[in-house]
Amino acid sequence: MATIVDARGLSCPQPVIVTINEIKKAGQGEITVLVDTDTAKENVTRATNAQGWSVLEVEPDEGGYKIKIGK
Amino acid sequence: MKQFLSTRWGIIAVGVFIGIFASLLQLWGNPANMGICVACFERDIAGALGLHRAAVVQYMRPEIIGFVLGSFAAAYLFKEFRPRLGSAPIVRFVLGVFAMIGALIFLGCPWRALLRLAGGDWNAILGLLGLAVGIWIGTLFLRNGYNLGRTHKTHTSAGWIMPLIMLGFLVIMLFSPQISGENQSKLLFYSVEGPGSLHAPLIVSLVVGLGIGFLAQKSRFCTMGAIRDLILFKQTHLFGGLVALAVAAFLTNLVVGQFNPGFVGQPVAHNMHFWNFAGVGLAGLAYTLAGGCPGRQLFLSGEGDGDASVFVIGMIVGAAVAHNFGLASSPAGVTTGGIYAVIIGLVVCLLIGFTMKDKTA
Repeated sequence: MATIVDARGLSCPQPVIVTINEIKKAGQGEITVLVDTDTAKENVTRATNAQGWSVLEVEPDEGGYKIKIGK
Repeated sequence: MKQFLSTRWGIIAVGVFIGIFASLLQLWGNPANMGICVACFERDIAGALGLHRAAVVQYMRPEIIGFVLGSFAAAYLFKEFRPRLGSAPIVRFVLGVFAMIGALIFLGCPWRALLRLAGGDWNAILGLLGLAVGIWIGTLFLRNGYNLGRTHKTHTSAGWIMPLIMLGFLVIMLFSPQISGENQSKLLFYSVEGPGSLHAPLIVSLVVGLGIGFLAQKSRFCTMGAIRDLILFKQTHLFGGLVALAVAAFLTNLVVGQFNPGFVGQPVAHNMHFWNFAGVGLAGLAYTLAGGCPGRQLFLSGEGDGDASVFVIGMIVGAAVAHNFGLASSPAGVTTGGIYAVIIGLVVCLLIGFTMKDKTA
């Protein structure tokens, strides 16, 4: 089962920090990141690409987004 | 345009826009090297409301009103309005107070530090160094788990409060205009001399403010974030905007003849290097702990972030404190009270950074 990182309600730059922490912990695989603002979505996407991972899927989720990333 | 603004070239374009119009606002009447200064302008608003009585810095700055309302409009247009609050508001208030006190030791927010540099005021170099060091200290806390906790969703009307306050300020200003040569109109104070008396026409300031607020909401322009992301993630996205602002303002200044290089005799500035450095250092730490530079906090307020609004109110109150208790610097330099305030502010910010960790976040 893919890891879920709940970054909803966290202010800048926490969503990116928690995502990078999880990426480093996992090494590879799939992670789902939950965010509640467009800013966090963009920042998480940018950080994911910078870490050599890619965004697999983004879908709206309870007024925010569910971002599936993987490597 | 929606997509473009969140790209690298988008944020650079927004920085260029801010730089050019900040420089032009000076040409059109705003104080020298202060086309836009979020800290100074919030201080002027505190003065206009009579929260402090420093007669030279009282004016209801329409740029600030425009920032919030422009961001509000963009947030609705792009469907990004998210009413939210509840992430340690009292802490954000205190950070706002000390952010302002630090900024008024130097005499400017990060935007003005860049505009001062672009106008040839080399004292800004000390301020920008202080900003970088303050942000660097903040990133150490971020690396170690500093976190003010989560916001939660709130009522749509709760997210409207800050935009409505700003709209109220505008209405008051329209119905209580300056009486020529008088320090006080029906409801507001107006400077008759000093920086507060220097301003572009209301409509010009408002339109530029609205434009910047609109663009900055979507592009996430943030001077603190620019340096923080560079240090924390080696990421240059926001930094492009910061550099673009300074370069665009510099070139515009050259064209319109507003570039006067030197350390001495610079407008609304002093050259006590250490305190310029330390004041902005304190402010930079406070911005980092609060998650945004003063401008960014206004744009967040416009998109429904109640905690950012509390930070803004903290800055306005901080300006009142700074002037009522003689903590703010003047072109003559820092005050003894100001020095104590910087030290107290640093202690408070360090305590916040050390004690507010959330391992489970």
